[in-house]
Amino acid sequence: MEATPSPTGGTSVAIDSDVLVIGGGIAGLTATLAAARAGADVRLVSYKQSTLRNASGLIDILGYLPDSDGPVVDPYAAIPDLPSEHPYRIVGTDTVEEAMALFDDAAANYRGGHTDANALLPTHGGTIKPTARYPASASAGLASDERDVLLVGFEAMTDFDAPRAASHLAAADVPFEVRGVTIRFPGDLRADAKVTRYAKLLDTDGTVTVRGRDRPVREALAERVNPHLEGEERVGFPAVLGDDAAGAVREALAERLGAAVFEVPMGPPSLPGLRLEDALFDALDAAGARFETGNPVVGFDGDGEIEQVYVEKNGAEIPYAADEYVLATGGLVGKGIESERDEVYEPIFGCHIAQPDDRYAWSEHDAFGDHEFARFGVQADAELRPTDAADDVAYENLRAAGSVLGGYDFAAEKSGSGVSIATGYAAGRSAAARVR
Amino acid sequence: MASAPHIVVIGGGSTGAGITRDLAMRGLDVTLLEQGNLTHGTTGRMHGLLHSGGRYAVSDQASAKECIEENRVLRDIASHCVEMTGGLFVKRPEDSEEYFQEKLEGCKDCDIPTEVLSAEEAREIEPHLAGDIEKAISVPDGAVDPFRLVVANAASAQEHGARIETHSTVTDLLVEDGEVVGVEVEHASGSGVRVHGTEGGTEELRADYVVNATGAWAGRIGELAGVDIEVRPSKGVMTIMNTRQVDTVINRCRPKGDADIVVPHETTCILGTTDEEVDDPEDYPEEGWEVDLMIETLSELIPMLEDARTIRSFWGVRPLYEPPDVGSDDPTDITRDYFLLDHDERDDLGGMTSIVGGKFTTYRMMGEEISDHVCAQFGIDAECRTAEEPLPGSEDFSVLRDYMDEFGLRSPIGRRSVERLGSRADDVLDVSGPNPTVCACEGVTRAEVQDAISQSGSDLNAVRIRTRASMGNCQGGFCCHRLANELHGEHDEPTARAAWDELLQERWKGQRHALWGEQLSQAMLNYALHATTQNRDHDPADGEHEVEFAAFDSGAPDAGPEGKAGTGRADSGIDGSDAVADGGHERGD
Repeated sequence: MEATPSPTGGTSVAIDSDVLVIGGGIAGLTATLAAARAGADVRLVSYKQSTLRNASGLIDILGYLPDSDGPVVDPYAAIPDLPSEHPYRIVGTDTVEEAMALFDDAAANYRGGHTDANALLPTHGGTIKPTARYPASASAGLASDERDVLLVGFEAMTDFDAPRAASHLAAADVPFEVRGVTIRFPGDLRADAKVTRYAKLLDTDGTVTVRGRDRPVREALAERVNPHLEGEERVGFPAVLGDDAAGAVREALAERLGAAVFEVPMGPPSLPGLRLEDALFDALDAAGARFETGNPVVGFDGDGEIEQVYVEKNGAEIPYAADEYVLATGGLVGKGIESERDEVYEPIFGCHIAQPDDRYAWSEHDAFGDHEFARFGVQADAELRPTDAADDVAYENLRAAGSVLGGYDFAAEKSGSGVSIATGYAAGRSAAARVR
Repeated sequence: MASAPHIVVIGGGSTGAGITRDLAMRGLDVTLLEQGNLTHGTTGRMHGLLHSGGRYAVSDQASAKECIEENRVLRDIASHCVEMTGGLFVKRPEDSEEYFQEKLEGCKDCDIPTEVLSAEEAREIEPHLAGDIEKAISVPDGAVDPFRLVVANAASAQEHGARIETHSTVTDLLVEDGEVVGVEVEHASGSGVRVHGTEGGTEELRADYVVNATGAWAGRIGELAGVDIEVRPSKGVMTIMNTRQVDTVINRCRPKGDADIVVPHETTCILGTTDEEVDDPEDYPEEGWEVDLMIETLSELIPMLEDARTIRSFWGVRPLYEPPDVGSDDPTDITRDYFLLDHDERDDLGGMTSIVGGKFTTYRMMGEEISDHVCAQFGIDAECRTAEEPLPGSEDFSVLRDYMDEFGLRSPIGRRSVERLGSRADDVLDVSGPNPTVCACEGVTRAEVQDAISQSGSDLNAVRIRTRASMGNCQGGFCCHRLANELHGEHDEPTARAAWDELLQERWKGQRHALWGEQLSQAMLNYALHATTQNRDHDPADGEHEVEFAAFDSGAPDAGPEGKAGTGRADSGIDGSDAVADGGHERGD
């Protein structure tokens, strides 16, 4: 059904669906997928590009418990130790496991589902971090794998210094020998070339000129690395090894190096994060969900129940109606939570957010302190419906998923993707169940 | 002169660095001791205004005259540190006409060039000025980078043989027979540039004369020798905006008051300030209402500030001094003039003079006066040359345009590099190998960072003040680890890690005063990048908890080509035989 923009708003026929998901990050994508697979007619609207470009592409469930020292081995087993307001406690461990099964099915290029145990992966800073799922491209880099490692960095890439990362890993007592070497990437990419530029060149195995000779780039890159190999069985590169043809790039390099090849996840713009985003959108397509990006939700009608929301397109406010709504607009980074000098708020529905009055109580003196702001978000009932200050459900047909939810510090816990997947799944499923 | 007298200058702010340069140029043997980085005290915590003198033209004409005189000198000798933005004194309807006229007259009295502008003319210069302003007076205010200026003074002093010791705290004054004969100094990491993890030590430095140029800390040095120096430290807040809402210094044209100036500074604007006496220059409250006051009051002049993004706030303490018999109650009444306290005349303690009060803009003049005084102690008749000899980087500013072409400076990054480096650009930027951007917010490239590292050891905060790396919108969220990467090679991994942590923490400190709106989003992103993506909050390398690697996933048994299979080096013959000749270039370190 086509709607016509109406200057007064609300009088035209709304674009209609069973479930409307607002927000296109991991939580929104998972909610949409879960609802679609449960048979609902579902639509996703998303304003901006998702925050996945900022994410490493690793899927964490739970790496650390509050106040604990070491990394969690089995995240599912640790969930009961979380505080009761934590989103995992709200949806329950079984739901987290089901949600991860959905993720594993949708993201075929991810590994780690063979075990409940966390994996430890090297990061571009040289640290190791616990995570539950990792892209196939990173799988040869596991820190619990005892094969020796050569890390390769590129001279012009300031984000990853392979010799420093190698020394840093050694300082963490990893169970293998690790060395780092910095090479010049073959060809004449600009000093500030974007990661996508490297990836594209490797995807197409484009020609580069090395000492006057034209060579395919994969071959030329392997030849730059080969003299530095001292029998290491795996070689790690910054995560730029192709986009569409990433598997083929790694295979070609592995063959020429005679070693397994892996990517070290990087910061923004993150190629593994962007690849994951593509995979999840493909899964939505396959499930028959509809989605549109680039337009914000700017208002709504309803009191105690959402009747319709307004999506701003080219200056007009277009009504979108659904039986059930999922709010998956993200946290402070994704702007699902906003703030001013004296207030933190949820900008679309005005959902309640518990907060200290004094903004200096929002953060701690230490950069890695126990920051209140990291836990800012809406509070929700057992069905993930946002509640008000008196703990009453705000809107009967609105559920929240992902980092718009409060009560957990995903950065300290390493739980961001897992919470998004688990709550997105739970919200999408229960929204779909209500529709039927 | 058999051998030049050895002078110890305590305090690495603008005054101390200026004195050190002046004395070294006159041929004296000088050692500068600073407890932190250069500019660690008040100099690194100011709004960066190069005074025209206009602000003092009514209340303190002696200071105003010194300001305009030194303003002209600095434009000449420190051109690469100064941006002549011009300044406006803006009158709102509620501000007094009488004061406006007094300001105009005062400027004339002090030889400060002025022009009266209508509201329309003022808005042509600064379109974001409020719609209801009445008129303005233009004056030759400017912006100056205090870090660059002090570093250039220290570099020049070094060229003239001075020894510069940062992270070196004076723990005692050596007094013999009623005379100061040296200092005891504690080096945090050995002498020379600071390197994390290097063992420190105590040194006794004999001196023929000691100059106490520690500003707000002067009383502490005095105490070491039992003399009272009644510095009255007064704090002021400065709030940094994410962009330049104005390109001209904007002053409110009314008598002294809080929140009456906006200074465009590099990529930012700095709002200032307050004036409140504190007991301890290192321990005073930094409060949110002060930040709110800046934004709300200055929005009366520039309404868009109300909703603009601030990236951090900081506080500085003015080293105000007034002779004990004056007894001002309000710190805003205390003169901005400087005082030379000869402790021999004043306290019967020979061998030391303190210099207190004064302003950043007149640092060179203060240096000249105290250097004259020191030379007089030794009967040395050497002329001051600091008003004529340009600082390193400002020797030949006309070469800038040539560099712009030479280094492909159509790009904004290159242009900013050259503006920061001035006539040193050639030496610094002419590197072999790629020169990628390390700090994207401020456009700082590897070559500049490496140049700064060569001057400042492993101290990334010292690199920061030299380059502006990590001082932009993201406040180091995207570049702290890159800067640590740049340290590695010259310095080992634990050193780089310690410097990384220290910079991250320093950047966090000021951001806490800007945590709402966009900057709170930025802070969450930065926190996520460092804690989530890099796990720096639980880094096993920091060694608090041993990780049992075998308990974690070591790969699926059937992982295919990426996993355990496909190991072992294939001797496939395609391993190019020309690979070595081809030269996989390792970074030269």
